[in-house]
Amino acid sequence: MPETSVETKTVGAQVDLDSLVRVFGQTRALDGFSISIEPGEFVALLGPSGCGKTTALRVLAGFERLDNGRVVVDGKDLGSVSAQRRDMGMVFQSYSLFPNMNALTNVAYGLRMRRQRTHQRRKKAAELLDLVGLADQASKYPHQMSGGQQQRIALARALAIEPRVLLLDEPLSALDAKVRAELRDQIRSLQQRLSITTVFVTHDQEEALSMADRVCVMSKGRNEQTATPAVLYARPATSFVAEFVGVSSRVPVERSGSDVLVFGQRCPVRGVSDTSGVLEGADALLRPEDVAIDVDPSGKGFVTHRSFLGATTRLIVQVGEVPVRVDVRSETAAELDLGTHVNVKVISRDVLVAPRLTRTDTPAA
Amino acid sequence: MAAIIPEIAVEEVQGGVPHVHGDPARRRMPRLRAWRGVVLVLAGAYFLLPLYAGLRFSFQNDVGRWSTYAVAAIPHQTGFMAAFYLSLRLAAVTTVLTMVLMVPTATYVHLKLPKMRRVLDFVTILPIVIPPIVLILGVLHAAPLWLRASPYLLSLAYVILALPFVYRSLDAGLSAIDLKTLVEASRSLGGKWISTLRHVILPNLRAAILSATVLTIALVLGEFTMASLDLWTTLPVWIYQFSQLDAHIATAVSMLSLIGTWVLLTVIVSVDRSQSRRTRRRTGTL
Repeated sequence: MPETSVETKTVGAQVDLDSLVRVFGQTRALDGFSISIEPGEFVALLGPSGCGKTTALRVLAGFERLDNGRVVVDGKDLGSVSAQRRDMGMVFQSYSLFPNMNALTNVAYGLRMRRQRTHQRRKKAAELLDLVGLADQASKYPHQMSGGQQQRIALARALAIEPRVLLLDEPLSALDAKVRAELRDQIRSLQQRLSITTVFVTHDQEEALSMADRVCVMSKGRNEQTATPAVLYARPATSFVAEFVGVSSRVPVERSGSDVLVFGQRCPVRGVSDTSGVLEGADALLRPEDVAIDVDPSGKGFVTHRSFLGATTRLIVQVGEVPVRVDVRSETAAELDLGTHVNVKVISRDVLVAPRLTRTDTPAA
Repeated sequence: MAAIIPEIAVEEVQGGVPHVHGDPARRRMPRLRAWRGVVLVLAGAYFLLPLYAGLRFSFQNDVGRWSTYAVAAIPHQTGFMAAFYLSLRLAAVTTVLTMVLMVPTATYVHLKLPKMRRVLDFVTILPIVIPPIVLILGVLHAAPLWLRASPYLLSLAYVILALPFVYRSLDAGLSAIDLKTLVEASRSLGGKWISTLRHVILPNLRAAILSATVLTIALVLGEFTMASLDLWTTLPVWIYQFSQLDAHIATAVSMLSLIGTWVLLTVIVSVDRSQSRRTRRRTGTL
C-alpha cells in the first residue's frame, strides 16, 4: 500500500462481549458467548457456517438485539445504544457501496452524517482513498469498479468516521483467490498502522491464522478457544478446535501406561480438555507434518491419493480402515505411485489425543 | 424450380427418393418470421387504427373536410380549463399521497417484514377486482361531509386505485437493490432513518418511483367513473359531457390528452436520464 503524507489517527477500544445469548426460534445462535478484545487488537471469529460468528458481530454492531448478556466497549454498556451511535465502522460481505454515489462521496458519507463541512470531508475522503491506493478512482461509481476495489473503498469508508472498532464480516469471501490474498495483506497492514481494534469474521482458517493477533474458534454459539494462531494450532483446547483448525487424521490408539500406542509406536500424550485424562476410547489427531512414511513392500499402509501443493505433496495412506494424511516433499512423492506399500511412523514429540467419536458424533467440518 | 437455400442440399438416396437435409431450426425460421410479421401487423392495426381514426376525426369539420377548428377551439370551450386544471391537481395530489404512503411502507416491509410481502401483494391487487363504482359509492357514504365537498376525496380514492401499479413498481425496484446491506451500511456510518431514506434509498429507487408516478398520473387523467359519480368535472368527465355538443372537439381533447400523457412520460424519462448523466459528470460532489 502506498505511503501517504497524512496518517489517520485512530485509537482502538476495549471490547468485552459478556455471556451473549441470542435465540432465533428453536436455534440458539449465541449460547453464552464471551470474549475480551484488547485495544488495537485484531481478533478473528472463526468457525463453520451457523456457529454464530456473524450473529456475534451483528450484536456488537447493534444490528441484532440480545436476549441476554452485555456488550461493553471502553467500559460502557452499549445495550441501549442504537447502531448509528456506536461509532463502529463495518465492511460487509456483499458489496455495500451506495450505487448512487461515486467513490469519494461514498467514503465521505459518514462524515456528511456527522455534519462536517464540505471541504473538510472532501479532503479527508481523498486522504483515505490515497491510503487504500485508490486515489485515481475517486470519480468512479461502484458499477465501474472491480470487487476488490469496491471492498477497499468500503474499508476506506468505514475508517473515515475514525471508528472505535472496525468490524469486518467476511469481506473477502466474494473475491477471487489472488485478490483475496492481496486485500488480506492490505487490511492487516492498515490495521497495524492505525492500531484500531478489529473484529474479523471468517470461515477461512488460512485468513484467520495469517491475519489475526488472536483467533476465537466458535461452535454452536460458544467460544471453543481464543488464542494466538500458533497456540491454537499446536495446543487446541478441545477436539473441535483440534479438528477444525488445520488438517488432521483420526487414528485409534491403545493405552500404554501414561502414553499411547500409535501404529505400534509408543508416544507421549498432549491431550485436549475433553479427554479429562481418560485414554481409553481415544483417538490420536495427527497433523500431516506429525507423521512420515517409509516405502516397504510389506508395509501395512498403501498410498491411495496424491494432492500436489507446490513444494509438498499431500498423500493419503490407508492403514487398515484409517486414512492418514501425510505431507512429503514433492520430489519424493513423484516416485510414489498409487498403491505403493509404506509404513507410517509418528515423528512429532507427542501426539494430540481426543475422545473417540461415537456413531452419532459429527466431526468438525 | 427448386429454390436455392443456403446450407441445405438436396440429394438422391437409395431408391431415388429425394432427401432434404440441414438444420431443421433454420428451415423453420422463414415461416416463423412470416408469422411474427402477421402478428405485428394485426396488433399494430388494433392499436393504431383507432388512434388514426380519432386523429382524423379531430381534424375534420362537420362536412368531413380537413379543418383545425376543433383543435383551435379547445381552450375556449366552457369548463375545459377548469376541468383540465382539476385533473392536473388531482394527479399531483394523488401522486404525492401514494408515494408518501407506499415508499416507506414498501421499504419497511422489505426490510423488517419480508413474510408480509405476499400479503401486501394480495391486498394491493384488490382494487383491480373491486369495480370503481363500488369503491366510490362506499367512499361517498363513509366520508364526512366536509371531505365529500372537496374534490380531493377523489384523490384518496385514486390512491387506492393506483396501489396495484405503484406497489409492484416499488417492489421491483426494492428487489433490485441489496436494501438490507445498504441500510445497515448507512446506519453503521451514523445515518438516521430519514437520512438513509433521503440519501440512499430514494436515489436508488428513482426509476421505480418514476414509473410509479407516470402510471399514477396516467390513471388519474383517464379515470371517469368515480369522478362522474362524485359529481366533479374532471377532464374525462368533461370530454364525455362535451361529446354530446361537439364530437369533433371532444375527440380532439381525447387525442391531445393521450399525446400529452406520452409527452409527459418522455419528458420525465428524459429529465431522469439527463440528471443521471449530470450526476455522473460531476466529480467529487459531496
